[in-house]
Amino acid sequence: MSEVSVTKNAEGSTPAGDQLVVLDNVNKHFGALHVLQDIDLTINRGEVVVVIGPSGSGKSTLCRTINRLETIDSGSITIDGKPLPQEGRELARLRADVGMVFQSFNLFAHKTVLENVMLGQTKVRKTDKAAAEQKARALLDRVGVGTQADKYPAQLSGGQQQRVAIARALAMDPKVMLFDEPTSALDPEMINEVLDVMQQLARDGMTMVVVTHEMGFARSAANRVVFMADGRIIEEAEPNQFFNNPRSDRAKDFLSKILHH
Amino acid sequence: MNVLLDHLPAFRDGFLGTLAITAASAVIALVLGVLIAGFRVSPIPPLRAFGTAWVTLLRNTPLTLLFLIAMFVVPQVLFKGLSPFMLAMLALGFYTSSFVCEAVRSGINTVPLGQAEAARSLGMTFSQTLRLIVLPQATRTVLPPLSSIFIALTKNSAIAGAFSVTELFGFAKLLSDQGYAIAWIFLWVALAYLVITFAISGAFRLLERRMGVAR
Repeated sequence: MSEVSVTKNAEGSTPAGDQLVVLDNVNKHFGALHVLQDIDLTINRGEVVVVIGPSGSGKSTLCRTINRLETIDSGSITIDGKPLPQEGRELARLRADVGMVFQSFNLFAHKTVLENVMLGQTKVRKTDKAAAEQKARALLDRVGVGTQADKYPAQLSGGQQQRVAIARALAMDPKVMLFDEPTSALDPEMINEVLDVMQQLARDGMTMVVVTHEMGFARSAANRVVFMADGRIIEEAEPNQFFNNPRSDRAKDFLSKILHH
Repeated sequence: MNVLLDHLPAFRDGFLGTLAITAASAVIALVLGVLIAGFRVSPIPPLRAFGTAWVTLLRNTPLTLLFLIAMFVVPQVLFKGLSPFMLAMLALGFYTSSFVCEAVRSGINTVPLGQAEAARSLGMTFSQTLRLIVLPQATRTVLPPLSSIFIALTKNSAIAGAFSVTELFGFAKLLSDQGYAIAWIFLWVALAYLVITFAISGAFRLLERRMGVAR
């Protein structure tokens, strides 16, 4: 794992690296609150970037700007070389390539688990029903909820729902997956089943941006840790370096609060 | 009692007339109301403005005035050959669509925002998100106010009787003009309205029970 991350980081440091998501000088305000301040962040293909930081630091907002669920005030965001378009068909097409997993799962409450995973394929990708169902079942098996296919989301536990949500996003064959605090709404005993799926995904080479409070996951799966506070990126480093030897005082303070109790 | 038996065919025509104009206007109101509600929550500003104007204009105009416009102005300007029934249907349908729109919009607002966000994240367009994800989940919340709106529509259809459309209220007016005792006629007419309105509330209760979405 560490070998992989070293080679990936080496790639990322060269200007010709395979850049998939590029945020350039991004700024955003919520009224008077300057929630994203001069954010520069590049995510390379196959890289797993974990964003951590205290509550209200803007990390969720950062994650949501990447598929334009939040608009930005200035700066630019490009995905695979294309700048994010205005709301409309073109943006919809681009979003289909960006998987999103939410803190509150957001499975479609009126559809079964299987329909949840099929809907994007049939309605957006225009895949035929049989192929979509086959793929949906395979993905549900992969995340370990294959036996729940015909149930409704409300009949599943939180951990199962979140794994279905991951399968739903994967069904679109996304270029990059965004995780917005995927385990924050889960009971402790269910966190690991979701993290295991994410670990597997990272090992399979998926490009991932993960906003989380799970430091264990950050240590083991991330190629790079991005530490945010007060709307700024304070520090970016390899996980080992960040956790063992943080450079900024803000990061030291944050880590001392969460790692020792 | 005899009054009714003597004029049973006319009474029946009146009843069927009320039923027909109510059903036809209800279909127009439902289709237009859902469409305009879609406009009002759309990301495109001109559509939103049109939706707001539609609701403001139609909801705040007295229905009788709308009928006068439909009966006397509309045939002068466009649609010269339309029957009174069609004109009454348009007036009632348009008027009621503004109320349907607001009921649907309130239903849309009860669907958690995350549902639409998840749909958009999958790459669905605005209209797909609305049609496939939001409206089906809004339906259950919309049913109770919709039932009230359609009952009001049934009773509002009486105004059409004053504009030579055959319906129940027109039947009552006809008989009382001929000098029959008014009390009995009104009782029968009221009962006939009750049959329609009870049928509407019954149908909606049934729908509501069927449409449960588990959260």
